[in-house]
Amino acid sequence: MPSKVIPLAQAAALVPDGATLSLGGFTTQRHPMAFVYELIRLRRRNLYLFGHSPGGDWDILIGAGCVKRVELAYEADEAFATIGPRWRLAAERGQIEWEDYSNFSMVARFTAGAMGIPFMPLRSLLGSDVLARGGLSAEARAADPRTSALKLFEMQSPFDPRDRVVLVPAIHTDFAILHVQKATANGIVRIEGQTFADVQQALCAETVIVTCEEIVAEESLRSEPERNLIPMFAVHYVCPVPWGAHPYAVFNCYDYDPRQLKRYHGCAESDAGFQTYLDQYVLGVKTHVEYLNAIGGAERLESLAADPAYGYRPDLQRRRLDE
Amino acid sequence: MSDYTLTELMAVTAAHEIQEGEVVFAGTGLPMLGAMLAQRTHAPGCCIIFEAGTVASQLAHLPMSVGDPRAMRGAATAAGLSEVFSYVLQAGRVDVGFLSGAQIDRYGNINSTSIGLDPGHPQVRFSGSGGACDIACLARRTVIIALHEKRRFPDKIHYVTSPGWLEGGESRERAGLVRGGPDVVVTTKGVMRFRPDTKAMYLASYHPGLTALDVAQDTGFPLDVSEAVQTPSPDPQELRILREVVDPERVFRK
Repeated sequence: MPSKVIPLAQAAALVPDGATLSLGGFTTQRHPMAFVYELIRLRRRNLYLFGHSPGGDWDILIGAGCVKRVELAYEADEAFATIGPRWRLAAERGQIEWEDYSNFSMVARFTAGAMGIPFMPLRSLLGSDVLARGGLSAEARAADPRTSALKLFEMQSPFDPRDRVVLVPAIHTDFAILHVQKATANGIVRIEGQTFADVQQALCAETVIVTCEEIVAEESLRSEPERNLIPMFAVHYVCPVPWGAHPYAVFNCYDYDPRQLKRYHGCAESDAGFQTYLDQYVLGVKTHVEYLNAIGGAERLESLAADPAYGYRPDLQRRRLDE
Repeated sequence: MSDYTLTELMAVTAAHEIQEGEVVFAGTGLPMLGAMLAQRTHAPGCCIIFEAGTVASQLAHLPMSVGDPRAMRGAATAAGLSEVFSYVLQAGRVDVGFLSGAQIDRYGNINSTSIGLDPGHPQVRFSGSGGACDIACLARRTVIIALHEKRRFPDKIHYVTSPGWLEGGESRERAGLVRGGPDVVVTTKGVMRFRPDTKAMYLASYHPGLTALDVAQDTGFPLDVSEAVQTPSPDPQELRILREVVDPERVFRK
């Protein structure tokens, strides 16, 4: 079977201005950060992002001016920052368009897209302003086919009118970009630990790009097919990118980097600070290898490497980072 | 308050809301402290679920995210959000879910989206629902954790991210929600519960060092304090486990 392996920069260049995309991972885990940094270096504009609970992957893209519209449930690095600083500022300054959903409804939207059905019924959202109110006007929705014509639709079950459900519209994106532990050159994907909504996001996308810690031999994944999550026909490009999710965690490979996350959040609260961070860690380096040197190189990375008995770093220093 | 901190008191109080054998949907921060403490004390058989995909974790280190690799430790199963939200939460298998937010009203409706009358042009933007709206709609009961300030307990909240008892009485049922509703609010000043008929919040206890009146004065709507007693102090054994076993790194403990 033909190899789908291409260099990271070449894969990122496939994403045009104005594309719709979703990025894998969840808050402080398994985001395709090396790919995100490439999109910023390419100065992509007017991207439409779809997600449940992204973190700094979206925040740095929003801050770098790459994003026009987002549909989401949450955007933060959880305990490291209760809201992404660039997302907060963009929303408060009116520099971005958005629509609020919940995690369950966003995941159900990806699922509907992945299943090839137009919507999914849920028992959630009833009584909330997530259902009753919208961030985008009907005109804004009608003017752009990249956004669903309706945010949500409440109805009675046709089988029993006492059952009230909310229909959530399917998502189909131009691209899904995942970062995973293992993939084969022809695109079989193995995810270890929590899968988040990576599978649904991949299966509702036109083009799927998988960045991975390691390319492995096909027979090693085919020997345990029940542990593989995405078949090769759904994956179009594969890029080997060790440490490709830094500063976020990849189960069984490495932990999140509290020092780098603290640097980001320390900088990103101000426009000047954010620009300094971008210059130092994204625009001022040409490749992910140069980025990894900029954040502290092999010595820093070694201190984040997972203990195989845990899948994370039990002695990771998570507090009092200045000492 | 002498030999324990406010965060410790709140973590112990939250832990007491979890009964042995219950399925618990926990979020980042104080709920994790409470759930892990309950598991290490009176409720060793409680099943801790995180929305990012793990079921029945046996935590060895406190997670800093509901998707943290630390949540994988000793879990019975691990998958993704869809599996947890569909088959566990929506199906009615979660006994107690934890919530928090920036604004809470007298019926336990929570805003974690934005301040400002038009959500499209917010004065202050927060992180958004995450899974909170879903937990508020679909868990059998919820425990709300909050900072207690007058502006955080206003007469009217600007956006209902997570529905509580809505307008009180039977309005939650009328909206089509099939179960659940807020059971208790644990704050930095006291513990509030809800009247069975009106669903209005009342003060059940005020924390040591405060009076019932102090709590009422820091609440933006009228709070019935007629039955309030003092919140029990944590016992030394619970405090020892919280400090030495649950959070020795002081990830969340202050």
